[in-house]
Amino acid sequence: MHSMKEVVFKIKENKLIAKDVYRLVLLGDSKDITRPGTFVSLKIDNYYLRRPISVCDVNNNQLTLIYKVMGKGTNALTKMKQKINVLTNLGNGYDLKEAGKVNLLVGGGVGVPPLYYLAKALLKKKKKVIVVLGFNKKEEIFYVNEFKRLGVKVYVTTVDGSVGLKGFVTDAIKQIKFDQLFTCGPMPMLKAIHALKIKHAQYSLEERMGCGFGVCLGCTIQTKLGPSRVCTDGPVYKEEEIIW
Amino acid sequence: MVNTKVKLCGITLTNPIIAASGTFGYGVEFANLYDINCLGSFSFKGTTKEKRDGNPASRIAEGKNGILNSVGLQNPGIDRVIKQVIPVMKKIFHKPIMANVSGFSVEEYVECVKKLNRCPEIGWIEINVSCPNVHGGGMAFGTDPNMIAKVTRAVKKVSKKPIIIKLSPNVTDIVKMAKACEKAGADAISLINTIVGMRIDLKKRAPVLKNKFGGYSGDAIFPIALRMVYQVAHAVKIPVIGMGGISTAEDVIEMMLAGATAVEIGSANLVDPYVCPKIIKDLPKVMKQYKINSLDKIIGGCQ
Ligand SMILES: Cc1cc2nc3c(=O)[nH]c(=O)nc-3n(C[C@H](O)[C@H](O)[C@H](O)COP(=O)(O)OP(=O)(O)OC[C@H]3O[C@@H](n4cnc5c(N)ncnc54)[C@H](O)[C@@H]3O)c2cc1C
Ligand SMILES: Cc1cc2nc3c(=O)[nH]c(=O)nc-3n(C[C@H](O)[C@H](O)[C@H](O)COP(=O)(O)O)c2cc1C
Ligand code: FES
Repeated sequence: MHSMKEVVFKIKENKLIAKDVYRLVLLGDSKDITRPGTFVSLKIDNYYLRRPISVCDVNNNQLTLIYKVMGKGTNALTKMKQKINVLTNLGNGYDLKEAGKVNLLVGGGVGVPPLYYLAKALLKKKKKVIVVLGFNKKEEIFYVNEFKRLGVKVYVTTVDGSVGLKGFVTDAIKQIKFDQLFTCGPMPMLKAIHALKIKHAQYSLEERMGCGFGVCLGCTIQTKLGPSRVCTDGPVYKEEEIIW
Repeated sequence: MVNTKVKLCGITLTNPIIAASGTFGYGVEFANLYDINCLGSFSFKGTTKEKRDGNPASRIAEGKNGILNSVGLQNPGIDRVIKQVIPVMKKIFHKPIMANVSGFSVEEYVECVKKLNRCPEIGWIEINVSCPNVHGGGMAFGTDPNMIAKVTRAVKKVSKKPIIIKLSPNVTDIVKMAKACEKAGADAISLINTIVGMRIDLKKRAPVLKNKFGGYSGDAIFPIALRMVYQVAHAVKIPVIGMGGISTAEDVIEMMLAGATAVEIGSANLVDPYVCPKIIKDLPKVMKQYKINSLDKIIGGCQ
C-alpha cells in the first residue's frame, strides 16, 4: 500500500518553457515519491477541485512538474508563486518489472513529462531506453535536450514537420525495434499506438477526478478486469487490460 | 471541558461528525491517513441489491466552489458488501457504522434492509431516495411524497435498525417530503443530497458529464442545505441530520443551530482528506468562542 501525503511545497520555479507549457519546481517533502508514472494533485487558489499532474522528476526534496494551460485552473496555476498544497504519491505507476532489454518511451505533448522520470528509473536499472516525443509544431517542443542529456536516443516527430520527423509518433515507432513500450499522451495517440498491435505496452490514461485517491468513484472506467479507478488502480494500464 | 456528544436514534456519538456517503468509500483510504475512529460515524457508499458499474465517464465536473458528479451508484452489491467489505470496515472502525442503501423498487430496499439486520456493525440504515443519477428509479421515490412514504413504511416494517430517510433537494416542497417520512415511521431524516446541475464544455459544445446532468455539492450549496434543514427541523419531531457544503467547525455549529442533531461531511473530504479530523479538533475551540458548553444544547437554537 502506497499512502498519499498532503504536503505544502514552496514554489521554486513556475516558468514558461514552451507554448502554453510551464515547468513547476517545488521544494518540500518528496521522499515518498519513488514510482514513475504516479501523479500528484494540486490545490489551486479559488478552484474547488484539485488538478492531477504527473511526476516529471523528483530529486531529494525537489519535485518537478510540467503542465500545459488547458483551462481556467491551469491558467490560475501560472500565477501561483509562493506556496502550494499538494497531495503526493497518487496512483500506480508504470510496471518496471515488465521492462525489457530495449524500452521505447513514447510521449505526446504534455504526456511527455512522466516519461522523463521513467527514463531515469530505467537507466538506473541498466535498461536500454529509446524515446519518441511527438508534438504538433516547433513552438510546443520541450524537454528534448533534457532527455538527450540522459544519454538516450531521442526521436522527435512534429505534425507540421517543423522539427524532426514529419508525422505522428507511430511513424517513428514503426522504425524502431524494442521489447516493451511505455506511453502517455492524448487518447487519439494512444489509440493509434494500439492499432500497431504491440504486445508489450503500458499506457497512462486520463480521467476527470473528484478526489484522486480512490474514494469518490468519479474516475472509474470500464476495463477488461471490470470497473477500474484511474486514480488508484491506474493511471497506467497494460495493453490487454484496456477496452479500446 | 466542552461536551461534543449527541444522541442519534438512541446511539451516542462522541461528536456529531459523520462522513457522508459516496465521499468516504468504505473508510479504507482514510484509515491510511488518520485514525477514523475520531469520527462520530461514517455512511458508506450507496449500496444496491445488485452490483452496479455506474454511469460512463466522464463523471466529474467542477462548479464554482463545488463539484458535480454522475457516478450513478457504482457499488459491488449488498451481498458482497456484507460478506467482503463489512469485515474490512469492522477492523478499521470500532463504532456503529451507517449503511447507505439505494434501490429501484420498494422490494430492493426491503431486501437490502433485511440483509443488513444481520450485521451488528451497522448502527443505522440511511435510505437514499434521492440519488439524481438513475433514470426512472431513485429520482421518483424522492420527489413524490406518496412513494417516499411507501418506501419508508416498507423498510420500517422489516428493519431492526433505526431508519434514516435521506431527502433530495430537487423538489418544490421539502417539508412535504419530510412530513411524509415522519408519518410513515422514519426514525430520522438526513438532507440534503446533491442538487441536479450541468456544465457545458465550450470547446466541444457538449455537456462535460457523459450523463449530461449530475449532482452538485460542496461549499456552494451550504446556504441552500441550511435553509432546507431549518425548514424540515421546524416541521418534524424526529431528528434531522444536516449536510451540504459543510467544511468547517463553524459550519457544523450553524447547521446545528438550524436544527441538525448531527451533520455529514461530503465533498470536503475529496478536496481536503483531513477535513473531518480538522473539524473535530476545531470544534471545542469554536464552541468556547461562541460560549457553547454542550453541543446537544444548541440543536435548533436559532432564534
Ligand atoms: C493522472 C493524470 C496525470 C496528468 N498529468 C498531466 C501533466 O503532467 N501535465 C499536464 O499538463 N496535464 C496533465 N494532466 C491533465 C491535467 O490534469 C488537466 O489538463 C487539468 O486538470 C486541466 O485543468 P484546467 O483547470 O486548466 O481545465 P478545466 O477544463 O477548467 O478543468 C475543469 C475540471 O476538469 C478537469 N480536467 C480537465 N481536463 C482534464 C484532463 N485532461 N484530465 C483530467 N482532468 C481534466 C480538471 O481537473 C477540473 O476538475 C493529467 C491528468 C491526469 C488524470
Ligand atoms: C462523488 C459523490 C458521490 C456520492 N454518492 C452518494 C451515494 O452513493 N449515496 C448517497 O446517499 N449520497 C451520495 N452523495 C451525496 C453526499 O452524501 C451528500 O449528500 C452531498 O454531496 C451533499 O453534501 P456535501 O456538499 O458535503 O458534499 C455523493 C456525493 C458525491 C460528491
Ligand atoms: S478520483 Fe475519486 S476515485 Fe478516482
